[in-house]
Amino acid sequence: MEIIVCVKRVPDVAEVEVEVDRSGRALERQDLAYGINEWDNFAIEAAVSLVEAHGGRSTAVTVGGPEDEEVLRRALAMGVNEALHLCDPAFAGADAHGVALLLQRAIAARPFDLVLTGAISSDQRNGQVGGMLAALLGIPQVALATELKVENGRAVVRHEVEGGLERVVELDLPALVSVQTGINEPRYVSVRGIRKVADQAIPVLDAASLGLDAAQAQALLAQVRIEELFLPQRGKGAEMLEGSDEEKVLKLIERLRERGGL
Amino acid sequence: MSASDVTLPAPAAQDLLGLPAPAFHLAMLVLAAAAFGFILWKRARLLLQGAPDPRLDRIGTRLARLLFLGFGQARQPRYPAAGVLHILIFAGFLILSLRSLTLLGEGFSAGFALPGLAGRAGAAYASLKDWTALVVLACCVVAAVRRALFAPARYHDRHARKSHAREAYVILGLISLLMVADALYEGAALAGSGGAGPRLPLASAAALCLGGLPDAALGVLHLSAFWIHNAALLFFLCYLPVSKHFHVITSLPNVFLLDLRAGGAVKPPRHGAVDQGAAEALGVGRLEGFTWKHLLDFYTCTDCGRCSDQCPAYATGTLLSPRMISIKCRDLAYQCFPLLGATVPPEERPALVGDVIAAGEIWSCTTCGACEEVCPVLIEYVDKIVDLRRFLVDQGDVPPSLQKPLAALEKHGNPYGKMARKRGDWAGGGEEGGSGVRVLKEGESADLLFFTDSCVAYDPRLQRIGQALGALFGAAGLDCGTLGKDEVDSGHEARRMGEEGLFETLRDKNLEALGRRTFARLVTADPHAMSALKNDGYGLAQPILHHSQLLAELLAAGRLVPGPLGDERVYTFHDPCYLGRHNGEFAAPRAVLSALPGLRLVEMARARSRSFCCGGGSLYLFSEVECEARMGELRLCMAEEAGAQVIVTACPFCLLNLEDAIKTSGREGRMEVLDLAELVVRSLNRGVVG
Ligand code: SF4
Ligand code: SF4
Repeated sequence: MEIIVCVKRVPDVAEVEVEVDRSGRALERQDLAYGINEWDNFAIEAAVSLVEAHGGRSTAVTVGGPEDEEVLRRALAMGVNEALHLCDPAFAGADAHGVALLLQRAIAARPFDLVLTGAISSDQRNGQVGGMLAALLGIPQVALATELKVENGRAVVRHEVEGGLERVVELDLPALVSVQTGINEPRYVSVRGIRKVADQAIPVLDAASLGLDAAQAQALLAQVRIEELFLPQRGKGAEMLEGSDEEKVLKLIERLRERGGL
Repeated sequence: MSASDVTLPAPAAQDLLGLPAPAFHLAMLVLAAAAFGFILWKRARLLLQGAPDPRLDRIGTRLARLLFLGFGQARQPRYPAAGVLHILIFAGFLILSLRSLTLLGEGFSAGFALPGLAGRAGAAYASLKDWTALVVLACCVVAAVRRALFAPARYHDRHARKSHAREAYVILGLISLLMVADALYEGAALAGSGGAGPRLPLASAAALCLGGLPDAALGVLHLSAFWIHNAALLFFLCYLPVSKHFHVITSLPNVFLLDLRAGGAVKPPRHGAVDQGAAEALGVGRLEGFTWKHLLDFYTCTDCGRCSDQCPAYATGTLLSPRMISIKCRDLAYQCFPLLGATVPPEERPALVGDVIAAGEIWSCTTCGACEEVCPVLIEYVDKIVDLRRFLVDQGDVPPSLQKPLAALEKHGNPYGKMARKRGDWAGGGEEGGSGVRVLKEGESADLLFFTDSCVAYDPRLQRIGQALGALFGAAGLDCGTLGKDEVDSGHEARRMGEEGLFETLRDKNLEALGRRTFARLVTADPHAMSALKNDGYGLAQPILHHSQLLAELLAAGRLVPGPLGDERVYTFHDPCYLGRHNGEFAAPRAVLSALPGLRLVEMARARSRSFCCGGGSLYLFSEVECEARMGELRLCMAEEAGAQVIVTACPFCLLNLEDAIKTSGREGRMEVLDLAELVVRSLNRGVVG
């Protein structure tokens, strides 16, 4: 079975105070640490364990600059067999459609049975690439998978639907599945594991090798342009309660009483 | 008096089963020696396949430790009842070994005496040995009764699938049989010659019982007792290496081969390997992955249960019982390397990690070292557990609760995932409200470098330790700097979690940052960091101090002048594992405490090297180990038993764990925990005010 897993390198902003850079259109990168998008980590684990169970080959693909190669190495360390790096200055600023388009060009040129993506990326939170990619590839897609099995050329997917429901669906391969966190327990990648794959060659595909004219690529890939990026002003209605935990709780109860919440 | 003085027939002069006695005896000996040699050779096969482990350096130190801890049985009295019994039996064993040799000699020649043990010396030895035999016999009876009726709880391990009690009775029975047989052998002779007396209490008692028997009967008894003794002795010898009493043979070598590296050090993944990362798999995933010495440990474990009795992970009901690691590995070793038949190939064995030892056991250890400190035969656990973790990490099999902080360490240099840029913020940038600790830029210098490590740098409660220390350094007029954002985690926990590569990365970053600043001494408030900087291959030339050591020095020199605390409460000191047990510093914090006027100090029963782990540092705060009680809460109970209301500690994690335990156990307002530095600040302020 041939599995393609699409991954992305994102800034880790969980415990970090983010700042907007001077252009007003991007984050101040200097103090940010980057890593694999959490959802993609689950997608890689799914790809690796499917290949472990059924044989075949898994390939990780990313669209990004030279520094983004790091997440491909990580995927290799986790056990994917190959990696593809779609890297060209002309890809800068690609929107979700642009990324899907690049991925489609790279993937369509290869044999594949299953394409996996994370459900969303923690930096953009659009959740669009999976759907667009499936459409461009002309294959069916299931989103928000919480369980994934492959049997007899079909994928059996359990996934979340609106209203807290879950549902099990079946679809013929090739197909695209975008996975939710918690679908599995991703294995740990040790520093040594990364070092072990440091020498593995990762083919780089640029605009030309994807059949794009670098000069026109921008217009095609970056149709959604960022106008402004900012931290919202703290609203007037918000009030920070001060004091010890106990005092804060007492104040909260008081406020709730005042406004008839209790 | 020896048996040759009397008229009874000498064993060597009689035929047995149609063979002359010496020939029969020789056959017995050869048979026993062959069986013993065969068993030992089979047991040694596994050791020969173990990983390398250099243990033959510093022979003088090793001999001294062998004398003190091995022959001197120095760790036995930690358990007074069992300890005294064991010391007596062990001493008896040494004394009686000469007697055993003599009796073996008598099988060949009548009246055989060891060189130097003829004549008066022989008579003196005969008396000594007879008294010894009496004592040993009494000890065996007491030990058996104790085991049967008053067995301490530690004899039964919660996780044990089978008991080794039967082996213990067999051994006690065999030893008693040896004593009784020898007594009858001599007693029969004494009864015939009338030489009984207090010089030979046991033999005389036997003679008394046999008095009145005809000479012929005495003769038969004399001979039978002799053969029974020697047969039992040879059986005993061969039984040892198939029972838990293998330690009778292996424990002295095991003590001699002890780990002489610095207390807190962890063994490298593979001794002698130039490139530690080059191996196909890291850590220990099957028996042969252990070093040969660690395999010898398994053979040597006496199943006494003291390690688990001291283990905080066992006390809190986790899956871990260190003793069971030894017992299960030994069982596995005997199963896979059987005495008869071929070695079981690795792929047909139960998996060492998973089937034999559960991952939950491996992750429950806080590496506190209490087990190693108490083990009478110096069995090592921390290195083994770290090796097992290295294997799990290499396989990617790390609990999700630990993956997060490990990933954060890799990305941000601290387990919380906080921004590296903010690492020096606690020091307040030297402004108002600052701490008197400067953030050193590259190329700058200070007399003292304060290594904060992640917890003091980021945890709001623990930052106060750093600030307290900063204030004290300021008061003492010290010129102190810190690395700020260029510092990363010391890697202490990463290494102990088995993430060797991550540890190396962190260490190298710190070394680079340290190398770009000049300082005369380094101090840290975190014993884990101190231990890592000292023992984990940082190789710094500057002295590395724990803040308790520096504070003791400043107080002694009068550079800090404390005032009366004016506190009626009773204080106690909790020894952090990595300050005390692992790095041997018990005195400095106590020197600080005794320098504070008016402090009412008591010691807990488990103080100093017997200290009870608070629950562990750094990454242990993130790990979700299943347990029934919390280590911190147990420790609070111990402090209460000692009559203390305030626990002083000298480790940020102890502070955090114990403070947490105060909250979760509803002791708020009744108990307090604070760091040594914070206490000194209090006392100093009183000094100024008062
Ligand atoms: S080091 Fe501490 S926690 Fe680990 S096994 Fe030994 S006593 Fe138990
Ligand atoms: S390891 Fe040591 S302390 Fe633990 S049971 Fe074995 S001999 Fe006793």
